[in-house]
Amino acid sequence: MTDPSSAYEVVIGLEVHAQLRTRSKMFCGCPTDFGAPPNSQTCPVCQGMPGSLPVINRRAVEFGVRTALAFHCRVNAGCRFARKHYYYPDMPKNYQISQYEEPLAEDGWLELEAFGQPRRIAIQRLHLEEDVGRLVHEGTLETARASLVDFNRSGVPLMETVSQPDVRSPEEAAAYLRAFRAILLYLGVCDGNMEEGSLRCDANISLRRRGAPDLGTKVEIKNLNSFKNVQRALEFEALRQREALDRGERILQETRLWDADGGRTRVMRGKEQAHDYRYFPEPDLVPLELSRESVEAARAGLPELPAARRERFVREHGLPAYDADLLTQTRALADYYEAAVREAPHPKLVSNWIMSELLREIPADDERALAASPIPPRHLAGLLRLVADGTITGKIAKDVFEKMLRSGEDALTIVAREGLTQVADAAALGAVVDEVLRANPKAVEDWRRGKKAAAGALVGQVMKATQGKANPSVVNSLLEAKLSQL
Amino acid sequence: MLTQLTVHALVEQFRGGAATPSAAARAYLDRIAAVDPSVRAYLTVTPERALAAAAAADARWRAGRPLSSIDGAPIAVKDLLCTKGVRTTCGSRILEHFVPPYDATVIERLEAAGAVLLGNEPPGTRAMGSSTEHSAFFATRNPWDLARVPGGSSGGSGAAVAADLAAAALGSDTGGSIRQPAAFTGTVGLKPTYGRVSRYGLVAFASSLDQIGPFAKDVVDAALVLRVIAGRDPLDSTSADVPVPDWVAELGRPIEGLRLGVPREYFVEGMDPEVEAAVREAIEVLKRLGGRAEPISLPATDYALAAYYLIAPAEASSNLARYDGVKYGSRAAGARDVIDMYSKTRAEGFGPEVKRRIMLGTYALSAGYHEAYYGKAQKVRTLVRRDFDAAFARVDVIVAPTTPNLPFKLGEKEDPLAMYLNDLFTIPVNLAGLPGLSVRCGFSLAGLPIGLQFIGRPFDEATLLRAAHAYEQATRWQARRPPLP
Repeated sequence: MTDPSSAYEVVIGLEVHAQLRTRSKMFCGCPTDFGAPPNSQTCPVCQGMPGSLPVINRRAVEFGVRTALAFHCRVNAGCRFARKHYYYPDMPKNYQISQYEEPLAEDGWLELEAFGQPRRIAIQRLHLEEDVGRLVHEGTLETARASLVDFNRSGVPLMETVSQPDVRSPEEAAAYLRAFRAILLYLGVCDGNMEEGSLRCDANISLRRRGAPDLGTKVEIKNLNSFKNVQRALEFEALRQREALDRGERILQETRLWDADGGRTRVMRGKEQAHDYRYFPEPDLVPLELSRESVEAARAGLPELPAARRERFVREHGLPAYDADLLTQTRALADYYEAAVREAPHPKLVSNWIMSELLREIPADDERALAASPIPPRHLAGLLRLVADGTITGKIAKDVFEKMLRSGEDALTIVAREGLTQVADAAALGAVVDEVLRANPKAVEDWRRGKKAAAGALVGQVMKATQGKANPSVVNSLLEAKLSQL
Repeated sequence: MLTQLTVHALVEQFRGGAATPSAAARAYLDRIAAVDPSVRAYLTVTPERALAAAAAADARWRAGRPLSSIDGAPIAVKDLLCTKGVRTTCGSRILEHFVPPYDATVIERLEAAGAVLLGNEPPGTRAMGSSTEHSAFFATRNPWDLARVPGGSSGGSGAAVAADLAAAALGSDTGGSIRQPAAFTGTVGLKPTYGRVSRYGLVAFASSLDQIGPFAKDVVDAALVLRVIAGRDPLDSTSADVPVPDWVAELGRPIEGLRLGVPREYFVEGMDPEVEAAVREAIEVLKRLGGRAEPISLPATDYALAAYYLIAPAEASSNLARYDGVKYGSRAAGARDVIDMYSKTRAEGFGPEVKRRIMLGTYALSAGYHEAYYGKAQKVRTLVRRDFDAAFARVDVIVAPTTPNLPFKLGEKEDPLAMYLNDLFTIPVNLAGLPGLSVRCGFSLAGLPIGLQFIGRPFDEATLLRAAHAYEQATRWQARRPPLP
């Protein structure tokens, strides 16, 4: 779809729903913990009991404001909640308290990198609303004799962010979501878990002839529960639309569901079945006013965001852009890196070890796993200090790393106990080298005949004899000297 | 007879030891058993609960430590206020078996003040309509003439107080549903300023209009009960953080020099001449007490009714959406799927008047009509508010009839439009969020009570109560009792 020779341009807009990590719900005091027994975290308000009334969660508003500022939005001095009506059994009031004409914030942008180029995607609006409950069907939805409803999730704060139709390819959509998620994680407002539904995405996609001023008819795709699925669904849909247009067909305005197993989108409802949400201002809540001071205080309290941190890692630590980009994916990972570098001031060495060793064990975007890592940054720094000052060899360090991972011990403890300290003493190593030369006459002979690669095998023998503790460069120079004397 | 006493007279007896809360509660329960079968003011009576609360109040009075100046007073509440563990139906089939798991804030406050709750009064179905005929279960009668309606939708509360079946009662007022039945039953009915009393636990009809208020035997009692239930509630974001004054202490002050506005638009062609005469006479009484009456104009009044019948149904259609058979209340049997369950449940559970309003409201909010109906109605609402603002720049309180008519016979007003017109003088007050009070100001030749309405500035219940009290003290209307055993 990114093929510039294609006759069509892909136009994508994204709507992201993020569950906010507040302790209590959007409009009542119930806890928001995931996985509690059904309906154990409910009250008259989030069950939609007659006579109950909502009260705005100030913390959720704060989270919304922080995010809006991170997205460079204008935070409105006054905003209102509105009722959005539709019937569904998981929604206790049969209306959702959301925001409509007067959202929390508008007109921002998000910067991302696509195909090596920085891109700015405009953000139209950001608003707060409440989540719905969850239905549990006996069997499948089609065959169920009964369905049960769990209102634990009902009323959990959601933040909806709507982009302008500025995204130009499925890859760019995935990049947008990655950048989006990174910012939420940095702000600490959402745990970013797409599989658990803390972050949900709907995408609008249309095609238009390259250079055409007007947008084509858009299709909304729902049920996108991972970055990969967002990209796959959009790729499928762009192709489907292009083929339809090539056949001279018209694109119908409709909502389609992504079927990840089938790898295709399917019609969910057409334009005729679109809901009439009958929005009107929520009369149970007074308009929310945000003072300029409170917004400025929130702005001053913003943490360093991924882009700025990435730039600093390149500028101050001298890291390659690739490393800086990877390390700043999540706040937790960047914090990990910085904590390690503080105690082992060798940025590239630390970066290499995080990227090649640590991230092999722990997914880069799993904050929880990173926080629970058996190798805390202090331990990694300790290990790398031993490497940097020549106490242990890189080879030994990898074994020590494995042991640290299993035992949670620090490097020095393991190295001391197992006697892994590098041997760099020429006299001690000279004896080993002599022994190896004596024991491998064939290799020596090869070398003499000009097969210089035979030296490598001899180094390997020395390392083996010293259980990897020999300093490789000392071994090399000793070997070279002794071979030429033979 | 204890049941004839006002709350303040009854409490004086508790204080002096001449009577006990238990004796009062038993007297009321006995009278309910004897008289309510003909008046039908109660949907649910809770004798055990009442007697237990009364016994606790006995002990407090004996120890000389009452909780408040209404401690031990037997009070009834409209069946639209959630009371933990007590069936709350809203007078509707759809909530026939609903037992709330929580108390409305006003119920908590009444109980914290020591009130003895006797039971629940039937509202018209979903607090809709000018008469309590629309209750799904039975029709409440007007104690002054059992063939007539007590008004609605808090007609049950008005009838209970008028018939001495409760010392005071709570109702709710959306478009006049406290003041109109107060006028019809000759009781004092007060709709406080929007935001004065918490709506938490009031089953919502039209959220931006609903307000809870007291029915009482006289103005002092209305002030006493209001003081207990008023004040900011963190559970209701629309409740106002405004000080709650001691209204009773203010009541004695003379009304010398009080500027009374008499709105031209509230004396209309076609209103009952007996009502008009009684209200005009009442204004003369107020003038003799030192009030200075002057004509005012509230020109948006003509459009207020139309605006109300868009805004109220729009909000109602939304508030009533939750009654779907999924969670509580009744659920229709034999549904094929969830949509069918919704349809059947709502078709069976709601009465025709409610359905009419849900349809009106849904239409007014629907795409393509939203701006023309709901949007326009909001603009009218602003104009109504401005009318009052302008009037209150010149006058301190507005006096007017509460209703254009006398209580009508059961089944008399079949035409919904004619019924809607009955709310002409009460609706603008809700649209503007102002306090309004109805007090008895005479009787028709046939012996039916007539209501005088006072309308005040936002949060100025003090002036309403003072003016109404002065009027009440200067006349003898309060002495008359309905022709009941």
